[in-house]
Amino acid sequence: MSQRIPITLRVNGVTYQREVEPRLLLSDFIRHDLGLTGTHVGCEHGVCGACTILFDGQPVRSCLLFAVQADGHNILTIEGLAPDPDHLHPIQEAFQDAHALQCGFCTPGFVMTLKPFLEENPDPSDEEIREAISGNLCRCTGYDHIVDAVHIAAAKMKEASS
Amino acid sequence: MSTRYIGKRLKRNEDPKLLTGQALFTDDVHLPGMLHVAFLRSDYAHGRIKSIDTSFAKDVPGVVAIYTAEDLGDYWQPGPLLVPPPPVEGRVFHARTQVPLAKDKVRHVGEPIVMVVAESRYIAEDAIEQIFVDIEPLPAVTDLEQALAPDAPLIHEDLDSNLAAHIIQQKGNYAEAREKADVVIRRRFYYDHGVAAAMENRGIVAWWDDKAERLTVWDTTQAPVVIRNGLAAMLGLSESQVRVIAPFIGGAFGPKIMMFYPEEVLLPWASMQLHRPLKWIEDRRENFMATTHERDQIHWAEIALTKDGKILGVKDEFIHDSGAYDPYGLTVPINSQCTLLGSYDIPNYYSDMKVVFTNKMIVTPYRGAGRQHGVFVMERLLDLAAKELGMDVTEIRRINFIPPDKFPYNNEIIYQDFAPLVYDSGNYEPLLDKVLELIEYEKFIKEEQPRYRAEGRYVGIGVVSYVEGTGIGPYEGARVQVETTGKVNVATGVGTQGQGHFTSFVQVVAEHLGVDPKDIYLVTGDTDIFHWGTGTFASRGMVVAGNAIHSAAERVKEKILHMASEELEAPVEDLVLEGGFVKDKRHPESFIALKDLAVRANPLRGAVKADAEPGLESTAYFGPERGATAFGAHAMIVEVDPETFDVKILRYVAGHDCGVVVNPLIVDGQVRGGVAQGIGNAFYEKIVYDADGQLLTASFMDYLIPTSMEVPHIELVHTETPSPLNPMGVKGVGEAGAIPVAPLFVQAVENALADYDLEILEAPLSPNRLFELVQEARAES
Repeated sequence: MSQRIPITLRVNGVTYQREVEPRLLLSDFIRHDLGLTGTHVGCEHGVCGACTILFDGQPVRSCLLFAVQADGHNILTIEGLAPDPDHLHPIQEAFQDAHALQCGFCTPGFVMTLKPFLEENPDPSDEEIREAISGNLCRCTGYDHIVDAVHIAAAKMKEASS
Repeated sequence: MSTRYIGKRLKRNEDPKLLTGQALFTDDVHLPGMLHVAFLRSDYAHGRIKSIDTSFAKDVPGVVAIYTAEDLGDYWQPGPLLVPPPPVEGRVFHARTQVPLAKDKVRHVGEPIVMVVAESRYIAEDAIEQIFVDIEPLPAVTDLEQALAPDAPLIHEDLDSNLAAHIIQQKGNYAEAREKADVVIRRRFYYDHGVAAAMENRGIVAWWDDKAERLTVWDTTQAPVVIRNGLAAMLGLSESQVRVIAPFIGGAFGPKIMMFYPEEVLLPWASMQLHRPLKWIEDRRENFMATTHERDQIHWAEIALTKDGKILGVKDEFIHDSGAYDPYGLTVPINSQCTLLGSYDIPNYYSDMKVVFTNKMIVTPYRGAGRQHGVFVMERLLDLAAKELGMDVTEIRRINFIPPDKFPYNNEIIYQDFAPLVYDSGNYEPLLDKVLELIEYEKFIKEEQPRYRAEGRYVGIGVVSYVEGTGIGPYEGARVQVETTGKVNVATGVGTQGQGHFTSFVQVVAEHLGVDPKDIYLVTGDTDIFHWGTGTFASRGMVVAGNAIHSAAERVKEKILHMASEELEAPVEDLVLEGGFVKDKRHPESFIALKDLAVRANPLRGAVKADAEPGLESTAYFGPERGATAFGAHAMIVEVDPETFDVKILRYVAGHDCGVVVNPLIVDGQVRGGVAQGIGNAFYEKIVYDADGQLLTASFMDYLIPTSMEVPHIELVHTETPSPLNPMGVKGVGEAGAIPVAPLFVQAVENALADYDLEILEAPLSPNRLFELVQEARAES
């Protein structure tokens, strides 16, 4: 298992060159090799969605990919979402406004799932929102406050783009 | 009383950190030279360990150490008994607590046998594949009733049977009450296993620093102070040499207060042996098999009533599944025994509970902590009685509610905190009325349901009520200090797992000191900062720690006023604290900043007065004489698909009363989150062991947590009946939402399927199980 493969990838706008074992999970690579611990691991079998990141703009579960598969790709994690350290992304703001998180462990996965969803669907209905987040498990909130947050975020994003 | 911060829907202070990935969870701790741990766990539910061969594993490159029970020497000890049995006459209780690594025998699937330490988790898991454990399987005990059969295999062979405990509690004389009854209803009820499934699994990082001679442990625990004290004792260290930090924790719901988990005992010890930091993070499969479970009870219960529906008495005999060991004592079954009485004036009660050992994971409290079992039995008995007597389900509850003038109400039995089960306060009917009004109960029964029926749709309604004993002792403490910067430091010993303590506790301090919540810095769950306390459990954070904070803040305020009165030469009555200043109401030009007072309270030259403490600081403790009783009423409307037997919740109304509310936004979140877990427990989630004790549901593909598609919008109503047992008048809310959902769901489903005349006496249901029940009902009719 000592074989190591060189990879080059962009994460949150920064280019990283690393050598990794072929079996290293992308989630472990992001968390432990790059130290970006905002991406959380809840099940490691692709159900809970806590480890969701954007992979070339698409939400994927980083526990279901190997780090070598990210070679040459562009990744965004929760740490790269806010425009600057003093400002939150509208989805992050809305989550705080609506009390859409309690323990906050699943939250980065929800937020990353919602970014492309709201960009494609700027004015979603309750049903569309519930469908969009149905691949992310939250054990604390009961989802109501998350649905509220998505409506608030949609309004904020629309305002920002108009 | 007008308030500045208490009762306000403040946004949470902790959120920006959590939303940007900057909050520290246990698995985020990374230390130079850190090693990683994995455990070889038993594949068998019950068996004798014949041999363990670790020789091949030791040769795996990157493996640093391998430990079996033998290698632990004298450090190998069964864990402590966390909660002794309550002082009830004639009790039987056998403490058999978990061990760090199985020696001689394994007693449940997932029990750790070998600990591997390696340079990475990947290598540690490779090495586990190279360990050979020879186990001679023994017959497993999984069924509660069979556990007590005379020929049942013994889980703890030094005992005569698998009976762990037997306790009888009673009030009045049930046998006499039964004689006078017009109606007696008796049924067998079954409530199956579930798990908390917090999104974050458990984890521990332990670091013995040779030079500092200190042990630092990051632990996903709900009780850092107790862990610190226990580790110090086990390791022969001074308590001040051990620091336990419960950082941000990704949900807990009860199982993270089990003490001690084997891993919690082993990592600190091994770090001291190896002189390096160690990390173990549980994976989800381990979480299902080796984090404590809850539930699994069988009740034979009986209710005696007059023909008008007044309850004369209740009798219940039940068996509770403790799993393989019973370190948490009898907390869960005592909660079931007590909470069964619910919101009702029940003059006579007889409850006989037996606790049995089985070859399953240990059972400890999980949100509700056995309360829902009692509520399930009582609410079902009332539904059956209503049917028998031709009464409306809401009417039979209403006429049996404890009236508001009967509080404090003494149930004459002992609760889990060993205090008499006395309800401090309550006013049940107004809340029920609000719930019925919001869900439009009358309209549904009279107009909507007949219309649905005419359309061939199976739509039904349910209404239940419950109480929750919250905020039990023993105590919590807090320290509040105004710094010379004007900022306020608050420290308390309880850990936090998403309850919003960084906001609600801060609101309590802001209220007293008139300081902007943004200028208040709270530390919870770090034993170096505050080393007294019990833990976050039993819906007690705000009641016990909150009131300790309240009291410490009040004392600091007194100090501030006393000093300011001298500085401003104004009587204390004329002074107000506002915006970080003390102001003289009568002379607006006369004021002083808190930070300046703090400097004067800590002089560099000269002295504070002989009997005064320096600093604007105070530490206070709060220990309630007994718990505060919260209550609620929930209603739901469901539609059953007559072909698939899927159940869709059309409306859900949760009515709740937790006394004075500090932050309504947070309370709403707590109630809704509880209901979501209750919905899972009613229809989706079930831990399944086969007859050999093999765990069949060890992934999120087999154990179904409700998603946003299953949990509906939850409508809320509140009333506020303050508790007289604490200065703030608060009651706990953490567990409330989860408690009444199963009986509510079952009642609503029965109502929807009225044509089939179903009688559902079990939880959880599932589409499959509902289909079977309907088939059975059809076969009988």
